Amino acid sequence: MDVDLMMRVYPFFLKAAVVTIELSVLTTILGLIMGSLGAAARLSRFAALRWIGAAYVSVIRGTPALIQLFILYFGGPQIGIQLDAFSAGVIGLGVNIGAYMTETIRGAIIAIDKGQREAARTLGMSQVQSFRKVVLPQAARLMIRPLGVNINALIKGTALVAPISVIELTYTAQRYIGSTYKPFEMFLLAGVLYMVIIYVTGRGIAWLDRRARIV
Amino acid sequence: MTDEKPFLDIRNAKKSYGKLEVLKDISLRVNRGQIVAIIGPSGSGKSTLLRAINDLDPLTAGEVWLEDVQINKKLPHRQYEKHINQVRQNIGMVFQHFNLFPHLSVRENVTLAPKMLKGLSDDEAEELAREQLEKVGMIDRIDYYPSRLSGGQKQRVAIARALAMKPKVMLFDEATSALDPELVEEVNLVMKKLAEEHMTMVIVTHEMGFAESVCDRVLFMDQGVVVEEGPPEKIFRNPDNERTQNFLRKHLANANR
Repeated sequence: MDVDLMMRVYPFFLKAAVVTIELSVLTTILGLIMGSLGAAARLSRFAALRWIGAAYVSVIRGTPALIQLFILYFGGPQIGIQLDAFSAGVIGLGVNIGAYMTETIRGAIIAIDKGQREAARTLGMSQVQSFRKVVLPQAARLMIRPLGVNINALIKGTALVAPISVIELTYTAQRYIGSTYKPFEMFLLAGVLYMVIIYVTGRGIAWLDRRARIV
Repeated sequence: MTDEKPFLDIRNAKKSYGKLEVLKDISLRVNRGQIVAIIGPSGSGKSTLLRAINDLDPLTAGEVWLEDVQINKKLPHRQYEKHINQVRQNIGMVFQHFNLFPHLSVRENVTLAPKMLKGLSDDEAEELAREQLEKVGMIDRIDYYPSRLSGGQKQRVAIARALAMKPKVMLFDEATSALDPELVEEVNLVMKKLAEEHMTMVIVTHEMGFAESVCDRVLFMDQGVVVEEGPPEKIFRNPDNERTQNFLRKHLANANR
């Protein structure tokens, strides 16, 4: 193993890791927005919205994320959507993980006993008030862990934007392999950095989960 | 019964789920301050009837009136929501499984709705919570979370939560059925106290002894109809109907086993 080489290139990998983190953060934000909208649609009292929500989830979960990214980035210009690689990556991955988050959020909401909503409603609270003050605070605690699983998958999923040349960790590893012919070292370096990101995120999620526990 | 104008008036209530009729044309009038118990085997429709009063389980046909307001008015969604939220503030409900809000303290459970719906200040809400928790004997648990309370304590807090809205009627849906036997009494005592204060109450219960000692009137329901109704001494001591007799006999046998 060529440790010297690894020491020499690792500053470039650190820079790439920052891009991976940026991608992850933005994708998480977009995913949470899409997931909330998706869950709201799936739980709507309007059949049309429920249908849209269900279609979103089954289309996204039924096709490879890589294909979705390619359609957006390579196919997009054909139908007038011109995006730079980074934006296409965030949007593609965000919309993708949003479908999984839709199910996570919806699952946490329907897991709250219906007696909770009934108790709130019988006191005279509106649907919105019962949801905001009674159902959501409880559901939010329930969804922290499973959303953590989604975020874990999403961080690893950012590697999928390498083929559309976003200069993140996986792309950087491939590029240095091209000039050094040392795939073992380069992928190892990238892998270790992924693990660090995921480990820190995991600890953060666990901390949030502990703090949000109902006394 | 007096010929006083009824306070709570259920007229020709019918409810079906598809082909299954759970309420078959039931009428019930409750005067102000009256306490009515509904007894009957499970599946008789007694909980459904109770839950129809605040439109939690809307009727298929029939009307429910509280004083001069029809509770189950047919209105466009938004207007209905406004109407029902207003009406429900006058109708307290206590559930078999308490349904306390587990993420809120006892204090917050009691003050949430009054603060939100009646715009009470923190001080006013605090005073209200103390007053209601005093009444149910739970003032020393005001800072606790529901998970640290026993079933009986939870139910007493749930009663305080309902009372905090100053309801005109209280509905009890098998309030003691989920409790360990030794915890039933503390909840019964609170309900008796309310009875002494002349709270109008409709109580779905399996506690025959309690129903007999507290209620003015008892309805026996079976298969979606009121089989027999009358004063408790009549229904429990000397029922006319064979189904009532059978039910009470079975119930007594179970209670003594």
